[in-house]
Amino acid sequence: MGTRMWGFYLKELIHTVPFFLKGLWMTAAVSGFSLIAGTAVGFAWGIIRAGKNKILRSILGAWVDLIRGTPFLVQIFIVFFILPEVGIQLDAFSAAVIALGNSAACFICEIVAGGILAVPFGQREAATASGLTSYQQFRYIILPQALRIILPPLVGQYVLTIKDSSVVSAIGVVDVTRVGWFTVQRIPEGILVFGLVGILYFVICYPLIRLSNTLENRMAVVTTRL
Amino acid sequence: MLHNFNFRVILQYMPLYLKCFGATLWLSGFSLIGALLVGTIACGMRLSKNGLISRSSVVYIESIRSTPLLAQLYFLYFGLPSLGISLSEEVTGVIALTLNSGAYMAEIIRAGIQSIPGGQVEAGVASGLNYLQRMRYIILPQAFGVTIPPLLGQAIVLVKDSSLLSLISVVELTRAGQILTSERFMPAEGFLTTAAFYLVIYYMLKRFSGWSQKRLIFREAH
Repeated sequence: MGTRMWGFYLKELIHTVPFFLKGLWMTAAVSGFSLIAGTAVGFAWGIIRAGKNKILRSILGAWVDLIRGTPFLVQIFIVFFILPEVGIQLDAFSAAVIALGNSAACFICEIVAGGILAVPFGQREAATASGLTSYQQFRYIILPQALRIILPPLVGQYVLTIKDSSVVSAIGVVDVTRVGWFTVQRIPEGILVFGLVGILYFVICYPLIRLSNTLENRMAVVTTRL
Repeated sequence: MLHNFNFRVILQYMPLYLKCFGATLWLSGFSLIGALLVGTIACGMRLSKNGLISRSSVVYIESIRSTPLLAQLYFLYFGLPSLGISLSEEVTGVIALTLNSGAYMAEIIRAGIQSIPGGQVEAGVASGLNYLQRMRYIILPQAFGVTIPPLLGQAIVLVKDSSLLSLISVVELTRAGQILTSERFMPAEGFLTTAAFYLVIYYMLKRFSGWSQKRLIFREAH
């Protein structure tokens, strides 16, 4: 055991690389679909949540709290095992995208609402005084300023969602984490196998974290200049 | 269908759920204490003037933040035995949670310390306080106030993250849901009850966070 076997296992591991790339593709597909859906829905929800309709606002607030208060693993079990009981049949991939997309949408909703509400109220008053319609106000005055505040945490949320996608392996979606789990049954070197899994996630997530930091610094400079 | 949602089964399994609720609390509690320790040390190293110490802390923080907790958990769970270290699932889980949360804690504490204006440190130096005195009497008391809300946010994340320990067969809240599901084929009863217990913890921590924020502003105003 130990170091002498590592060379042998390393060679074995190289043979499984195509399998890992397939898993990586699955991770990209699950996170990609979830992020696209989550961003679209999250922006819509965020605009409503920062809006005037009190009933819609509190319904959304309650839903976001329910999602933020429970672990993603429990959410995905609920979608995968309980929706079929009420007559909605889902394969593991769709269940994964629905659960992850919804979770992303809830967090993005809060980020977007926070960004919109952070734009000073005087801006809206000035826009009204200039005779802009409420659509024009939102499109040309509120949104451009809000986006500066929204963008850095939005990219940060993308990283969290990509990392959360590893949990979908629990319902049998064959993503990178699941491939690692299969591989470690054959090559019993957890450090080697999950080291590789970690590197694959790192390659995707680290540049995004750097991007989020860069955006944050750049946006901060812009706001102080104003 | 959900119209025959069975409350009796939930009552029957209540002792298991309460036991598992306790397990989730102590697993997250221990990890939280550990994460505060690891986070403080990592933050101290990160702010060190020695390039090597500071860089090794950055490597730790960034590699934790760029990889999912589940991969880290499996790394330890499958990796430690091949190094000849055999630990129970609970201990492995607590170590993984501690190391994971520690990295986030380090960043939270660093943001707190760096939120103190440089003039405060200069004033401390001018008053003849040494490094430890400045930390103890000037920087840390102020940094603490700024740090409390994000620390509680991280505590909420930690409790939710502890659900992943069910995947290495630690018996906690999520596992209780799986047990009910597999023994009685009742996933709705099983996982909705699990979710309800997590929500109890979430709302308590959220309330506490709101309360502490009010208190801190109140103290600042004086």
